Amino acid sequence: MIAAPLLQTLFPNIDDWAELGRACIDTLLMLGGSLLLTVLLGLPLGIVLFLTGRGQLHAMPALYGALSLVVNVLRSIPFIILMIVLMPLTYVLVGTRLGIRGAIPPLVIGAAPFFARLVETALREVERGVIEASQAMGATTWQIVRHVLLPEARGSLWAGVTVTAIALVGYTAMGGAIGAGGLGDLAYRYGYLSYKSDYMVVTVLLLIVLVQLLQMLGDRIVAHYSRR
Amino acid sequence: MIRFVDVHKSYTVNGKVIPALEIFSLDIADGDVFGIIGHSGAGKSTLIRLINLLERPSGGRIMIGDTDMTQLSDAELRAARQRIGMIFQHFNLLSSQTVAENVALPLRIAGEKDQAAIRARVDELLHRVGLSDHADKYPSQLSGGQKQRVGIARALANRPSILLCDEATSALDPQTTASVLDLLAQINRELKLTIVLITHEMDVVRRVCDRVAVLDAGRIVERGAVADVFLHPTHATTSRFVNEALPEEEAGEHVPYQNVPGRIMRLSFRGEATWSPTLGRVMRETGVDFNILAGRIDRIKDMPYGQLTLAMQGTGVDAAMNALREAGIDVEVLIR
Repeated sequence: MIAAPLLQTLFPNIDDWAELGRACIDTLLMLGGSLLLTVLLGLPLGIVLFLTGRGQLHAMPALYGALSLVVNVLRSIPFIILMIVLMPLTYVLVGTRLGIRGAIPPLVIGAAPFFARLVETALREVERGVIEASQAMGATTWQIVRHVLLPEARGSLWAGVTVTAIALVGYTAMGGAIGAGGLGDLAYRYGYLSYKSDYMVVTVLLLIVLVQLLQMLGDRIVAHYSRR
Repeated sequence: MIRFVDVHKSYTVNGKVIPALEIFSLDIADGDVFGIIGHSGAGKSTLIRLINLLERPSGGRIMIGDTDMTQLSDAELRAARQRIGMIFQHFNLLSSQTVAENVALPLRIAGEKDQAAIRARVDELLHRVGLSDHADKYPSQLSGGQKQRVGIARALANRPSILLCDEATSALDPQTTASVLDLLAQINRELKLTIVLITHEMDVVRRVCDRVAVLDAGRIVERGAVADVFLHPTHATTSRFVNEALPEEEAGEHVPYQNVPGRIMRLSFRGEATWSPTLGRVMRETGVDFNILAGRIDRIKDMPYGQLTLAMQGTGVDAAMNALREAGIDVEVLIR
């Protein structure tokens, strides 16, 4: 290892690199798990928001209004507060308020409404004429969603997944402050509470790299699906 | 047969009722190419969408064969729609799918699972519209005319008995319009399906339609065989559409013939009369002098027709007019 002495000189206060590595993995696990669940929950919610919206295929003002309100309420609570408010529910759902498992319910509940809005917006961008054409073919709503809306919107949908993933990186770091573990936890405990600014620097650098990678990957997927 | 029986349609916007189509009845015979012409806002897009119930009528019945479309359940309506193809002004193709996938879509929607059968049918359809080489392209790689051909192939996928054309050539240049109209005429002949098209261009009606209805501000103001309506329009809106299809000097009214000596008249002839030398014979026999001010010989669908604006001078003008009328030529005096 040639890198080790160099790192040692640059960041003399970091004495346990393995701990840093575990924190990285924890962050990635929280991110992956919560992103997956966010998409699984937010995509159908976004589709329902779109379909029940004004002038859409199944316009239902009451249902749309109710869902819209819930989404707005969840989106207006700052994540760190949402996490604390949800602690009892988190405990019921996963049996702990701490660690990766404890972090995932609030992460998903915080991010799914956000992602659902992005899905709704993406679906609204699909040309009305194309939807009308599929109705004229005798398609069911499910067929329209599956064969028309999702394929036509997949570029914007992947862009939404990317934005959501990056928002989740921020949320996981915040979650670290109240017991979720991961990079945010290290930065808070060592970097802030113990004045070891090396930890802060390394954590921030790692988070920047993570966000960059996510954005690059997302851009590639979006470019692949944008054939217009 | 498509029959509209006492159909009307209005929209309610912010509590106000806005009429779109006044009560009307209309029959469209099987195998016809039926044109509905009107300015934008006349209600023609609403009318064509009543046929496949993309728009629900506010009252009346819409019969296709013996089926009242307005009485169908959702599932029955979807099944009925699969037998009615539709093409659109802006093509409405899926931009994320290839040409072949676009054409396959109605087959998948109709529940076809056999991939080989889908591929075979798609090949057959693309061959029919002349796009066999473009199966794997995306719509953005095609010209407007090619996109509309994909639209036509897609509309024909489930072997419909009716094809609805919503301003299908309005976004195309004149040459492409002609080739798309030729394709529609060919499909009408070979597949014997009924075509209902809406347009704001009389030329489209003249080229492909058998019958036409003229729509003005939600009302059908004139209807009939295209030749009758085209040569002898009775409503002002129809006259304007007909005149739009003619070069300016033939359009009549605003051309100053007042200073031309003699009686000014317009002769209309159609079918075989177009090719017989009736005018020459009558002029010779009655000793009338004539001067051609404007004229054209053209076709309405497959029927030749001609229209000449003449100035006639001499004592035999009345006799000449009678003789022309006896020969089956329509004579209309513009200025005495």
